[in-house]
Amino acid sequence: MSPAFPIILAFGLGLIGWLAARARARTFRSAVRAGGARRMHSLPSYHGWFVALAIMAPALLFAAVWSSVTPGMAEADALKSPAAAQLPVFGFQRDSILAEARNLASSPDAAAFNPIARQIAAPMRAAHKFYGSIGLVATLLIGFAAGALAFLRLRPDFTARTQVERAIMVGLLLASLIAVLTTLGILASLVFETTRFFSMVSPGDFLLGTHWGPDPMATPGANVGVDYGAIPLFWGTIYIGAVIAMIVAIPLGLMSAIYLTQYASAGVRRWMKPILEILAGVPTVVYGYFAALTVAPAVRDAAQAIGISSASSESAMAAGLVMGVMIIPFVSSMADDSIAAVPQAMRDGSLAMGATTSETIRRVLIPAALPGIVAGVMLAVSRAIGETMIVVMAAGAAARLTANPFESMTTVTFQIVAMLTGEGSFDHPATLSAFALGFVLFLVTLALNYIALRVVKRFREAYE
Amino acid sequence: MSEPSTPISASQAKDPRFAARLKKRYTSERRFRLLGLGAVVFSALVLAFLIVTMTSNAIGGFKRAELRFPVDFAGAALTLDAGQLAAPDARDKLKTAGLADVIVIAGTKSAGALAASEISDSAWGEVADRLIGDPDLLKSSLEVSVPVTNDLAAALRGEGPEKLRPLAASLAREGKLVSRFDPGFLSRSDATDPQAVGIWGALKGSILTMAVTLLLAFPIGVLSALYLEEYAPRSRWTDLIEVSINNLAAVPSIIFGLLGLSVFLWIFPNYRSAPLIGGMTLALMTMPVIVISGRNAIKSVPPSIRDGALAVGASRVQTVFHHVLPLAMPGILTGTIIGMARALGETAPLLMIGMRAFVATPPDGFTSPSSALPVQIFLWSDEVSRGFVERTSAAIIVLLAFLLALNGLAIYLRNKFETRW
Repeated sequence: MSPAFPIILAFGLGLIGWLAARARARTFRSAVRAGGARRMHSLPSYHGWFVALAIMAPALLFAAVWSSVTPGMAEADALKSPAAAQLPVFGFQRDSILAEARNLASSPDAAAFNPIARQIAAPMRAAHKFYGSIGLVATLLIGFAAGALAFLRLRPDFTARTQVERAIMVGLLLASLIAVLTTLGILASLVFETTRFFSMVSPGDFLLGTHWGPDPMATPGANVGVDYGAIPLFWGTIYIGAVIAMIVAIPLGLMSAIYLTQYASAGVRRWMKPILEILAGVPTVVYGYFAALTVAPAVRDAAQAIGISSASSESAMAAGLVMGVMIIPFVSSMADDSIAAVPQAMRDGSLAMGATTSETIRRVLIPAALPGIVAGVMLAVSRAIGETMIVVMAAGAAARLTANPFESMTTVTFQIVAMLTGEGSFDHPATLSAFALGFVLFLVTLALNYIALRVVKRFREAYE
Repeated sequence: MSEPSTPISASQAKDPRFAARLKKRYTSERRFRLLGLGAVVFSALVLAFLIVTMTSNAIGGFKRAELRFPVDFAGAALTLDAGQLAAPDARDKLKTAGLADVIVIAGTKSAGALAASEISDSAWGEVADRLIGDPDLLKSSLEVSVPVTNDLAAALRGEGPEKLRPLAASLAREGKLVSRFDPGFLSRSDATDPQAVGIWGALKGSILTMAVTLLLAFPIGVLSALYLEEYAPRSRWTDLIEVSINNLAAVPSIIFGLLGLSVFLWIFPNYRSAPLIGGMTLALMTMPVIVISGRNAIKSVPPSIRDGALAVGASRVQTVFHHVLPLAMPGILTGTIIGMARALGETAPLLMIGMRAFVATPPDGFTSPSSALPVQIFLWSDEVSRGFVERTSAAIIVLLAFLLALNGLAIYLRNKFETRW
């Protein structure tokens, strides 16, 4: 029994309700036209929607809840069957056998390597069928009862439109609450796992330690904190994202914005702006591959040519350079906005005094737009430190505290990926450390964005 | 820009120091302008270099090395008649009938034992498909072109094991070993041998993931945008919703991966690396983009439209759903497509929720394990073999083509339907 059946059934009932209610409302309307009855409050289709919504809301809610609890109930029933006694009591093997049984229960010709799985699958399938039919019947009953109640309320003067519009408003509010729920979900999951991590490793060791070398496979000993010093990761993140990338992105982005807004002819602008947009639209995994395949070897060879023998093929420099190129369009569009916000009168005044265009830009426009540009750079930094794929593919795994950009360095995002894509258990501090790192990253990007948006807002107000 | 023209007295203008200063200022003006042009040209050059590098590598990735030789099915001892090929398990029958050996024997006859031993293990399947398509071939001789192993393919390029290089060179001279365009790259799935890999499994995974993302993010995003722009009262709740949406738009994508890992996989532990979970995670990431662009589109519909509708007696819901929303739709769709393009290229959150497993068959539904196009690129990029480098670039070109198509659609919609009020 597919879990989609009750949902299809709910929609079908809704359609029937819609048609029936509309037909009923039409008879009201012809009565009104014939004279005698009072004036209709709502159009017939609103009566239809009222009944359809009254049917589908409870039926869909029930179908969703039912289809999410039944697999657990079917499994519990199957575990009571005699075959389940042969199962290992707990552990990885038990999980894999149960997974096979679940597979078999949903598609009988799936492959199964364990004979016990086949034995458990039979009662499980029966339970699925049983609960599935109950769900179907219950959906039908609920939908029918709700529909009948709603249908009986229909009168010529029934305020169907008001009711439907109230339901629409509730739907709109619920949709916009999803954003709040997502934010809360992010905060809750990060805080929860981070607290678990800090119950094993002290926050002091984590935030101030200088050695990072977790081993997801080793049993955590008493002195686990020494391996979880995140300072090298913070350093690598800042060095790649806020130093090297910004050395590339700020001058190039700013100069591109200045050229495109102050100098370029309309024709040049029409061609160059989309090119910058394309640069911003290239997926980060492509930049990462470009960094690893082309830029990193070139950087290494160049470094070795000028006598830096420690240059590695995975270097902070390669990742930072490519990340900088990725950020150029972002800086450029932020600078563009803030320069455009400077009042025209200031520019005209400077030009009228005899300053050249570049003098006007350097002495008047940029100082006036500086708060906006700084805010743009902060947003760019927050994007750069949260960037994952480029550093995963080009920066390397070694946590080092070094200022040599030609050595490999690791970042917060790299370690999050490394810690969570292994086979580590969810109770191990190495796995949990990824959430602590994510929490730090979340807070830092949030702070950067908050400050930047405040600055931009105040700056806009100053010129309005 | 017009030259500055300040009134200057004649004696000042004749002063040579003045002329020198002016010349210096004009030089610095030109220098500044060139710097600006340089910055723009640099960005364009990087983009061009990136695309040229990827394309030149990708040309090899769309090809594969194939060995060409005739197979005489009539003479071979295939214990099978044409009727059995109509059965659904014809592939298995051909396998048990020893099709693979027939191919290797024919290959040995034509190109020698060493070359025949380098025929790819998957070669018999392609021949089997041809036989099933046309059972009459069993009675005749057929010129087949089958993939070879990665080693021989590398030798054809002048790399790989030393002992195969002379063989590859001589076979290539005779025209028996050729590097041919490989349409199967778009219809096969992941494999361990770069000669046998394809992109279809990952592409299908991406399409399913994007479908889930669109189905969730579009309605939620549009409804939120309508609520915030048209109905929301000025209150603390509304402020909270607005702050959340603006923050979500700036949260690094990997954080959404952490959310998907700890919340969605906790609720649905059986759907690890399924398009359903990937789509839900990406939907949360795409939704704020749709809300922000949707609000801008709704804001740009002039108030006179609303006033007109309200004046003839429409309710506030009717005004918005019958008049404002249709007029804002092109702008909303443009924003949605741009958000979807970003989600299509996103890798990090999908890695977090486990879509990095080796999946050799295309997903057959929203809940079966799957890969995604950008993740496939990431996985292949870890492989050292030269064959995979080319295949990775080819996959990147496929991804970029999809993104270009999406962005082109967005630009087309913007130009065609955008109304300036």
